[in-house]
Amino acid sequence: MLSYYLRLAFASIRRTPVLSALMVLALGLGIGAFMTTFTVYYLMSGDPIPHKSHMLYAVQLDNWDPNDPPTESAKDVQPQITYQDGQNLVNADTPAIRQAQMYASNVIVVPESDEPPFDESVRATYHNFFRMFDVPFLYGQPWERREDEDHAAVAVIGRELNDRLFDGANSVGKNIRVDDQFLQIVGVIDDWQPTPRFYHVDAGGQFDDTEQIFLPLSWAIDQPLLPSGNTNCWKPPDEDLSLLEAFLQSECVWNQFWAEIETPEQAAAYKDFLDNYVRDQKALGRFERPLNTFISNVPEWLEVNEVVTDDNRVLVRLSFLFLLVCVLNTVGLLLAKFLGKSGEVALRRAMGASQGAVFSQNLVEVGLIGVLGGLSGTGLAWLGLRAVESLYRGYQHLVHLDPVMLTTAIGLATLSAILAGLYPVWRVSRLAPAGLLKTQ
Amino acid sequence: MLKMKNISKVYRTELVETHALRELDLHVDEGEFIAVTGPSGSGKTTFLNIAGLLESPSSGIYELDGEDVSRLNDRQRSRIRNEKVGFIFQSFNLIPDLNLADNVDVPLRYRGWSAVQRRRAVGDMLDLVGLGSRQNYLPSQLSGGQQQRVAIARALAGKPRFLLADEPTGNLDSEMAEIVMKLLESINAEGTTIVMVTHDPDLAHRASRNIHILDGRATDSATPLSPNVTPLPERGVAHA
Repeated sequence: MLSYYLRLAFASIRRTPVLSALMVLALGLGIGAFMTTFTVYYLMSGDPIPHKSHMLYAVQLDNWDPNDPPTESAKDVQPQITYQDGQNLVNADTPAIRQAQMYASNVIVVPESDEPPFDESVRATYHNFFRMFDVPFLYGQPWERREDEDHAAVAVIGRELNDRLFDGANSVGKNIRVDDQFLQIVGVIDDWQPTPRFYHVDAGGQFDDTEQIFLPLSWAIDQPLLPSGNTNCWKPPDEDLSLLEAFLQSECVWNQFWAEIETPEQAAAYKDFLDNYVRDQKALGRFERPLNTFISNVPEWLEVNEVVTDDNRVLVRLSFLFLLVCVLNTVGLLLAKFLGKSGEVALRRAMGASQGAVFSQNLVEVGLIGVLGGLSGTGLAWLGLRAVESLYRGYQHLVHLDPVMLTTAIGLATLSAILAGLYPVWRVSRLAPAGLLKTQ
Repeated sequence: MLKMKNISKVYRTELVETHALRELDLHVDEGEFIAVTGPSGSGKTTFLNIAGLLESPSSGIYELDGEDVSRLNDRQRSRIRNEKVGFIFQSFNLIPDLNLADNVDVPLRYRGWSAVQRRRAVGDMLDLVGLGSRQNYLPSQLSGGQQQRVAIARALAGKPRFLLADEPTGNLDSEMAEIVMKLLESINAEGTTIVMVTHDPDLAHRASRNIHILDGRATDSATPLSPNVTPLPERGVAHA
């Protein structure tokens, strides 16, 4: 009977095109608005590395001003650490499987072709970065520990940059000129865009593109490549040292630090290690505040840094209310539509259709309207996301409808339509046919 | 075939109580052609609705084919209506955006027949009413008489044994009415029991028996048979 009901549903929609279009539009608008905000929220709050997000921990050490208010949670502690602490941790024997210190910078890339030099983002880090975050490689591989230790002039570049400089060819072994230095390419990363970009969520860059050049932190410091992200200091650097040395040894925080840990027991041991490290530093006159060491896995880290803002949540709630208004409007329109065909319903009842059969037939029609509403809502959501993309910087990774969201949109629209249609469908199936047949 | 005992139907609102039928007794035998007459508001249509299981009586017993159908649930009533009862209405009640074949197909869809069975039955019935070549026409492309013939084909498609006709010629001119009446008479001659509500005394006289309903009560009237109607061996008696 389903195919028969579908045929009747199409016929019914053709019979009342304006009313049907209004219903599809009402649902489409509601779904479109909701899916626009929800897609952004969904991608913002998604797990960027689901297979190991509970094994990757961001490190926070509270080296801040002792006169500041007491710390109550990880949200009150700086999200970055000092260069020197990073160096101490990365060189220590710890319970972590891997550790990586890192910071963001910028360089000028000078192409070999006639193309003019251009600015490019850089991540200065350790070889562990790539295996820790399961970065996919198109060509080559990460540099090795030895190259970190040797301050080697090597680089891993992104696919986009490889396409730009080498037309997509395997560039491993070739050189890339950054500023006035040459770096030998050891690997090319395939498309890789964790969303949010969890490893560096500071300074509003949580939805930025991943960097196109990765190079050893030791080499970056030698140049020096200055950090392009947030740098926060609570006391001035030592004036007796050179400017660079003073900055590197200062209490300024500008390095991100991550550790890969397999089990909760290892995490507890790693936390103990950090606490002991801080105690050692306290003995040296640093870390004057109470012991506030935090390690947060990826989901916790996104929460600590409030990657999904309250504004996003409010928007999702508001758009859901708008969807409810649209659904309520659809209830009225469906009621008008179904009561308008009460004569046909009465006839079918006379011909032997039970109330259940009438209910099913009209529910299929409601479902069809829901699917059409979902499709139009998907189109409107696509337009809405394009609008978001044009209005907000850094949202380009949050404005695509993936298959999950497409299915959700259509499913939600169908469910909304069915919920909206339950009362009208029930009403029409309960109509007494006797009185209606005479008046046909 | 159809037996009603003390059937009453009362419509109640907060302010008014209307007795549409009052202790109506009626017996219709297999193969009869009954004409039901009476003034407007006398209860004819209510009687037809109850006979066709579109409404339940407020009290009394209604037996169809020996089965008490007065207290069945909707699903059971719908099944019996689909299998045993055919309806013909004054205003044809064809679905305007379905073609003739699909209109005739409507009751068969609820019967659970296969597509082949349904196609054959639809073709046979449209052939019977002389519209077999117009299966794909829409109702709006037909005259009133042709539409009523389609409605008759629809009523007969499921091979019901009991046909209820409510003013079947009420919207037709005399020529078309005659065609439809002859069709009903031939259907009755094939063995289908017909109960027809009509205002037209001439049509009523062509039935094998007349039931007159007045103020919700039925009276039997000995009606002279029309020459072209075959007398039935037995006749039912209606009691006031």
